Amino acid sequence: MTSAAGVVVVGGGQAGYSVVSALRGAGYDGPVTVFADERHLPYQRPPLSKQAHTEPDGTRVELVPESFYRERAIGLRLGERVTALDTAARTVVTGTGTRVPYDHLVLATGARNRRLPVPGAGLDGVHALRSLDDALAIGRALTTARDVVVVGGGFIGLELAQVAVAGGARVTVLELAGRLLSRAVSPQLQEHLRQRHEHSGVRILTGTGVRAVEGAGRVERVVTDRGVLPADLVVYGIGAAPRDELARDAGLAVDDGVIVDEHLRSVTDPRISAVGDCARHPHPHAAGLVRLESVQNATDQGALVGRRIAGSAAPYRSLPWFWSDQGAVKLQIAGLRTDTDEVRVVPGDSPDRLAAYAFRGDRLVAAETLNWPAEHLAARRLLERQVPVSAGDLTGSTLGALARARRGAGVRA
Amino acid sequence: MPIVIFQLPDGTERKVTAESGTALMQAAVSNGVDGIVAECGGNASCATCHVYVDEQHTALVGPPNGVEEEMLDFTAAERRATSRLSCQVRLSDALDGLVVHVPEEQV
Repeated sequence: MTSAAGVVVVGGGQAGYSVVSALRGAGYDGPVTVFADERHLPYQRPPLSKQAHTEPDGTRVELVPESFYRERAIGLRLGERVTALDTAARTVVTGTGTRVPYDHLVLATGARNRRLPVPGAGLDGVHALRSLDDALAIGRALTTARDVVVVGGGFIGLELAQVAVAGGARVTVLELAGRLLSRAVSPQLQEHLRQRHEHSGVRILTGTGVRAVEGAGRVERVVTDRGVLPADLVVYGIGAAPRDELARDAGLAVDDGVIVDEHLRSVTDPRISAVGDCARHPHPHAAGLVRLESVQNATDQGALVGRRIAGSAAPYRSLPWFWSDQGAVKLQIAGLRTDTDEVRVVPGDSPDRLAAYAFRGDRLVAAETLNWPAEHLAARRLLERQVPVSAGDLTGSTLGALARARRGAGVRA
Repeated sequence: MPIVIFQLPDGTERKVTAESGTALMQAAVSNGVDGIVAECGGNASCATCHVYVDEQHTALVGPPNGVEEEMLDFTAAERRATSRLSCQVRLSDALDGLVVHVPEEQV
């Protein structure tokens, strides 16, 4: 299992952390090195958009303290960017020209935000959110911002809109599509969430594009298709693209993500794996290849590759799941709701709860829930174990009731 | 600065010093205690930080809260009377010496 060159991980996010944690957890005792272009210890990204961050130290979001890596002999090369792969020589090349050999290379490079493609996007007071430093810049701006314009009605935009409105700002969300979260959740939930946001004081303008951001040095207003909005802070979240250029430049198969097999190995070079946001992979719940941007995906894929390199291989089959906290609304999704035929919305057992069950044919493939974590967990347990659930099974029932009944009957659900 | 003892499924134990006011889950994760996954980062969203509170301390720790109560029905390892989600247990000096047992599986 041990060899001279060991494992090199490119990327120090959730996925990269998961790889090295699993490697050592599974007993791998060769050299392990992580290259991360940020200078912070690996940290959790989900909290960055769910609360205002103003403290410069990252300890509240760190995944584990520095001692974790030291005690496990994991080399953390923070602030050191890998700029090229030499797959023939099995080495990575860093920005300073250092060459580091590997037996196994794991790409955990994540994604980068799409830039706001309008004039004035570079003005002071215009922010995107990906890193802890971005979150701190937004958190500081929020302490004085009065008029906040959020560009993009996706998860990041809606979470930040709630953070801003809770801080007392006037908040407008601009979404180019006709609905919020138009590709992410069922249409029934899109409308419900819109009402919840509007009720909390966020103004939502769908079908509205941004033409320009204007101001003298810093943002003063946003010019939209439907008029001009005053703004002293603009935050945009309009999607992300995988950071797959290292792989592409090295000649690996890439198509909106590094293409990997069911073991998450590059289809071009089996000594290279890709995990998390940057990987495009087959999945038993999807018809074709998928690329998923979520903590679950980063964690489970990283752990799978870490265990494989340590000697225990298994195909990637983890059930996708996701959550988004938008003010008082906790949205959770279990399963993949692509190619679904029917969605049934069911009120929960209290007024703020709701579930949307998505079916392919007559079989449940995904469940979206609002403020109902137990129903979400029940969905995960049933979908993970591939228990067939039909629309009829859910007439007058819930997934929680079905899962409890299975458990009560002595079947692990 | 309460001390917490995590009894692991392999029979070993980890003794960690925690800060009052932090969650039990955070004490585990910050000290690299294996078996406390906490995928959601402590938001009572995932039930991957399940622990069994040692019976000598269950009264002191108290019962699960409402949302946690429901979620404990769907933990990966079996639910017991002593089950808690460690992200929902707030540590204090009164809990110094707390013993919890980490289940075999979390996900």
